[in-house]
Amino acid sequence: MTGREKILGRIRAQKKRGALPADQQDLIAARIAKHEHNLIPKRGQIPLKEQMDLFQLKMEVLLATVERVKEAADIPKAVQSYLAHHNLPTRIKISPSERLTDLPWSDIPTLEIVTGVGAEEDEVGMSPAFAGIAETGTLMMASGAETPSTVNFLPENHIAVLNAKDLTGSYEQAWDALRLATKDSGIPRTVNFISGPSRTADIEQRLIMGAHGPKSLHVILVGDGT
Amino acid sequence: MQVTSRKFKENSHKAMQDENLRAALGRVKQGFTTARSVAASELPEFEDLRDKARDIKDEVLENLDYYLEYFDEKVTASGGHVHWCSSAKDAREAILKICRDVDAKTVTKGKSMITEEIALNKFLASEGIEPIETDLGEYIIQLADEPPSHIIGPAVHKTKEQVTELFYEHHQQYGYTEREEDPEKLVGEARAVLRHKYVTADVGITGANFLVAETGSTVIVTNEGNGDLTQSLPKTHIVVASLEKVIPTLEDVSTVMRVLARSATGQEMSVYTTFSTGPKRDDDIDGPENFHVILLDGGRSEMIGTELQELLRCIRCGACMNHCPVYHAVGGHSYGWVYPGPIGAAINPQMVGLEEARHLPNASTFCGRCEEVCPVRIPLPKILRHWREEAFEKQIAPKPERWGIELWGFFAKRPALYRLATRAAVKLLSLMAGKKGRLKSLPFGKGWTSVRDLPAPQGATFMEQWQKKQKREG
Amino acid sequence: MSDTDEKLEVALFVTCLVDINRPSVGFAAVKLLEQTGCKVSVPDTQTCCGQPAFNSGDRRTTKQIATNVIKAFKGYRYVVAPSGSCAGMITKHYPELFSDDPDMLLEAQDLASRSHELISFLKDVRGFEAKDVKFEKKLTYHDSCANLREMKVVDQPRALLEGVGDLELIEAEDREACCGFGGTFCIKYSEISEEMVDRKIENLLATGADTLAAGDLGCLMNIAGRLYRKGHTMKVLHIAEILAGMGNAPGIGEGRH
Repeated sequence: MTGREKILGRIRAQKKRGALPADQQDLIAARIAKHEHNLIPKRGQIPLKEQMDLFQLKMEVLLATVERVKEAADIPKAVQSYLAHHNLPTRIKISPSERLTDLPWSDIPTLEIVTGVGAEEDEVGMSPAFAGIAETGTLMMASGAETPSTVNFLPENHIAVLNAKDLTGSYEQAWDALRLATKDSGIPRTVNFISGPSRTADIEQRLIMGAHGPKSLHVILVGDGT
Repeated sequence: MQVTSRKFKENSHKAMQDENLRAALGRVKQGFTTARSVAASELPEFEDLRDKARDIKDEVLENLDYYLEYFDEKVTASGGHVHWCSSAKDAREAILKICRDVDAKTVTKGKSMITEEIALNKFLASEGIEPIETDLGEYIIQLADEPPSHIIGPAVHKTKEQVTELFYEHHQQYGYTEREEDPEKLVGEARAVLRHKYVTADVGITGANFLVAETGSTVIVTNEGNGDLTQSLPKTHIVVASLEKVIPTLEDVSTVMRVLARSATGQEMSVYTTFSTGPKRDDDIDGPENFHVILLDGGRSEMIGTELQELLRCIRCGACMNHCPVYHAVGGHSYGWVYPGPIGAAINPQMVGLEEARHLPNASTFCGRCEEVCPVRIPLPKILRHWREEAFEKQIAPKPERWGIELWGFFAKRPALYRLATRAAVKLLSLMAGKKGRLKSLPFGKGWTSVRDLPAPQGATFMEQWQKKQKREG
Repeated sequence: MSDTDEKLEVALFVTCLVDINRPSVGFAAVKLLEQTGCKVSVPDTQTCCGQPAFNSGDRRTTKQIATNVIKAFKGYRYVVAPSGSCAGMITKHYPELFSDDPDMLLEAQDLASRSHELISFLKDVRGFEAKDVKFEKKLTYHDSCANLREMKVVDQPRALLEGVGDLELIEAEDREACCGFGGTFCIKYSEISEEMVDRKIENLLATGADTLAAGDLGCLMNIAGRLYRKGHTMKVLHIAEILAGMGNAPGIGEGRH
């Protein structure tokens, strides 16, 4: 008997039944396929403008920083001033995504832009968020050919770019958006929900930032959703 | 790990003498309980979400076989493998085989209680594979060669000074030759040491907070980001999870997530919640090439359909121990096995045997605070009582205890005799106490008088006085 | 006060600890119930609610005792106990005990529906106010776990104490923490119980109150016993004694004046 048969056999013996009858299996399969939302907190179910404020507020409580820019073209300049202000190096590892590679980096020649996966020596990494969730100030990052997940974790400082139009009120709405965007390829290998920079309280419950992941998280929120 | 639950009393005696531990437990009590209550009060839907989380888990447990097969199918479809393991031994062997197949020398590990349960680290080390814990708390206790004392804060019992000494002893090989005392710098040291380990490890092992049936995804929740580095840098990612972790859909996970961090640390959301599905896709430029899920039963399937089934709702948030006055007094190691606190007292008898763990369900005042804060509303006191009943029936409870209850029961069931006995006892006790009103010691009451005086009875029982009064008043 | 024209028959569940150790609590309960227009009966076949057996895992004995209680209190409109713990046993756990015995289950549910903890009964059912009572003390109130979590009797005792003349109520830190009594727990695990009661006492003393009250005699005997052992002089009373104007008698463990 395989391990699988043994375990399933024990569960069924405990329930005093065999495998579920076909009609019950169909019911559960249908329940799964429906992707029905359960109870969603009201706090995120507000107009986009207010969601932007809520997202920013929540992120700041989590000790991340949020900066708003009018359009994508403003990003390089914003990045430059952020790095200068925090005394960070000017070499940036960016995800090989058009959302970042196509930005007017040449306007800011002092920045050194390197494209690829996250590496041990990276001090600043930058990646595009798939969505944002206002409810708790959370980014949804989806891995893919252009969005390696290591860029979100290995660099000491992480800059995430979030389009205001991709902001949702709840996790469920973000999943809906992801399912739609990946309906041919299926769920990406890695989906990261990120709420603030890395931290630990493992030494005497003192909060210390940057345990293993980035010590800082800076979100650039682009546009006003229109 | 070595089971020492039988020695609960000795363990807790030792723990209560440990000043460092007392200070640490004071911080657990203060920090976690306040944070949870704030987080709960800031989300008006919190109580309803707890109900919903409970219902989701219940529905899964009713149809667990189906959901596990569904999950397996989805993992396989995404290019991963599920290993169904009945016992800890099966799980260890499955993990070893995967490690051998990729000729692994070092393994990085994210935090996983199941790997504690199957004693994986010692096993891998004995097979010549070096396991490296990456969660800071787990790393600290790995250096100290101790088991975790809390399920979400494994090193809560360690002081900063102890961490200083551990790092001083173990980090010299990496060029850190000074005793570092600043916690921030200690964290920085661990970060630097472990960073290189992530990159060079052959296999990354993580636990799972959830297994998603819909997609075949495994989910980890961390604050440090260690689990993410553990699972995205090595070529092989092994997830070790017990079978009750399966949840139907991403929507259901979203619901349960809303009560998990709030109950655990009082955060609204942990910093990183990561969904991993299969190995890296063909055109992905990072991520593991192999993906394995070790699905451990470990005695759980036998809980299905019994009084213990509700324990399988547990999402391992730690709220029950954070709020438990007994845990606050004795700490995690006293419980003598992987799971401490109320959840440990309820589940360890199933895992290590009631005879071994007999003390755990007894060492509770039934104050009920654990059930009050449990995000999935596990009736922990009821389950502790179930174990007491089983111990009584199977005569595992010590004889004097059983005899004492039977003797008392004999009278309590016979009102007339009971009146006589209580009258006599009350007279005797109040005579012994004299005018003082209390007794400092009692021949058969040392359990009481070793700690406190016994307030003496006022003189005659209520029933005696009441009957006299009734007679007088005709 | 309601129902003054028609005396309401109430049966007192004395509780074993009150019966044996502190009858004055029982008499205080009778006095308070009578003040709200109740006619109090004390069925003489009652002994104990059965918790010592229940919490020791002796389900058979528990059921026998529960059966006895159900019989003894049959037919009374209300059953009132000066203890959250015993009231919790009757209202929450008796029905559980008989879940597999439909006839007894009905009986148990019937008793449960008629049973109340004293203070909440006085406040919620009888509309009692302690306006004629004076007690010139600084008092802190301890929530027994049964009252706090099982019976949800938290606001009622405070509301009634607020009404007592000259009384100053001072809340302690960490009100939700158990005092370490736990029935047989405090004997079987006396060292852990000691740790718990010491933490409780520390918080109670920190209020600067000179008197402690609670609604459960188990907690009170545990706390009073430990206070004396440590040489503290806080006066310890059941809340019913204060509300009944009997607060000036010697406290628990205090001896005769």
